[in-house]
Amino acid sequence: MTAKYAYYPGCSLHSTGSEYDISFRAVCEKLGMEIKEIDGWICCGTSPAHSSSRLLSLALPYENICLAEKMGMSDIVAPCAACFARLKTAIYEANEDAEIASQISEAIEKPLPKSMNILSPLEIFCNQQGLAEAVTKQLSELKVVCYYGCLLTRPSKVMQFDECEYPMAMDELLRSLGIETLDWSYKTECCGGALAMTRTDVVLKLTHDILEEAKAVGANAIAVGCPLCHVNLDTRQTEVEKEYDTQYGLPIFYFTQLMGLAMGVAGDKLGLQKHFVSADGLLSGV
Amino acid sequence: MEANLTITSQSQLAKAVFNESGQDVNLCYQCRKCAAGCPISYAVFCKPTQIIHAIRLGMDDLVYKSKAMWLCASCETCTTRCPQEVDIAKVMDAVKITAVKQGIKPTIPQVAAFYRAALSNIKMFGRMYEMGMIVGLKMRTFEFFKDVGMGMKMFKKGKLKMVPSFTGALRTRKIFNRVKSIEKRNRKT
Repeated sequence: MTAKYAYYPGCSLHSTGSEYDISFRAVCEKLGMEIKEIDGWICCGTSPAHSSSRLLSLALPYENICLAEKMGMSDIVAPCAACFARLKTAIYEANEDAEIASQISEAIEKPLPKSMNILSPLEIFCNQQGLAEAVTKQLSELKVVCYYGCLLTRPSKVMQFDECEYPMAMDELLRSLGIETLDWSYKTECCGGALAMTRTDVVLKLTHDILEEAKAVGANAIAVGCPLCHVNLDTRQTEVEKEYDTQYGLPIFYFTQLMGLAMGVAGDKLGLQKHFVSADGLLSGV
Repeated sequence: MEANLTITSQSQLAKAVFNESGQDVNLCYQCRKCAAGCPISYAVFCKPTQIIHAIRLGMDDLVYKSKAMWLCASCETCTTRCPQEVDIAKVMDAVKITAVKQGIKPTIPQVAAFYRAALSNIKMFGRMYEMGMIVGLKMRTFEFFKDVGMGMKMFKKGKLKMVPSFTGALRTRKIFNRVKSIEKRNRKT
């Protein structure tokens, strides 16, 4: 069987967010969904590119879109929310502005593909048949808040993903696997993203607000779909606790890790051991 | 009789922002939704709404001395909520790009250093090589001991690669160079 989706992991899923890559692949395998990594993919440029050059920030994603087309694919799945947003933005802007489209084409020395669908795994899994049948383990101890962050849904005119102010896709997906998700007000608040590298104080404040709200509504875990959100909420959590003299101990899961657990995949096959905040205590009660 | 009531600013910066981003700040009617939703409003004196207004008024100095664009997390909340469909996040990018072009010192130099470190890293390797980028950033900011402990722990957990990938490095460098020459040509015309 040939793969249905071209897979664009992006830089984070090969490094700081490698557990997102591992767990995404594991879930695809469980569901019999074939993916093929784009040969020779390059970085999408992320925030440093669009903060420095509009053309560069559109040309880099387009190089990857062209590579996917060369593989004969018409759908790209991009789990990283930032990559997902940059790929979609490139297509949106090229469609809106013929002048920039021709400059992009000149910069990458290729004609731009006529069409390419850019998908988040959330969109694919939500439409997947047989999800409930794949569940082999009840995760009844979990009370999860789904944290979508910024770039899955914004800007809404570009992303066209779910409802931008109060999305439900991740909640519905996890609920369909028997995982309880809670309502809360911080689904699409910003964690500070890449400011962690330079202005950590801002990120500590923003992640503190998110962790605080998650705890207030009674969550014992947070589900995310962005490697930047994960780094800020997981690896910086101890720092937040120290700064604000509080205690959270909230495990941060990629939603694909929770899917894998519900489908009976072992924790170490989903990269759970890579988390800074251990989920062992929480999961031993499951 | 119908009249076009949009007041058009003659400000040079408004024109520069328009050329850079296609965004017309004159559409703003100061509802302040952007400031209300901005996660960094608490940390800046001039909120996004005031930056937009200052651009219209030609108060370039005030804009360039502000921190908002450099602290902007690109969360796109302002862009999504603007009732006039001004892409405010893009305006923030355009102000930064214009400032750099004019040789104006960034108000948050670490953020500008991060952009440069990240881009030169991508240009060199094709994919972000985190270890190299972190070293590059430290060389630029002199914050040698920041996050060292966290970095070590990430490395031990296999979250940071020792060796960079060079996949697509040559192609990426070519794209960077061609973008530069296209932008140079655009400035001339």
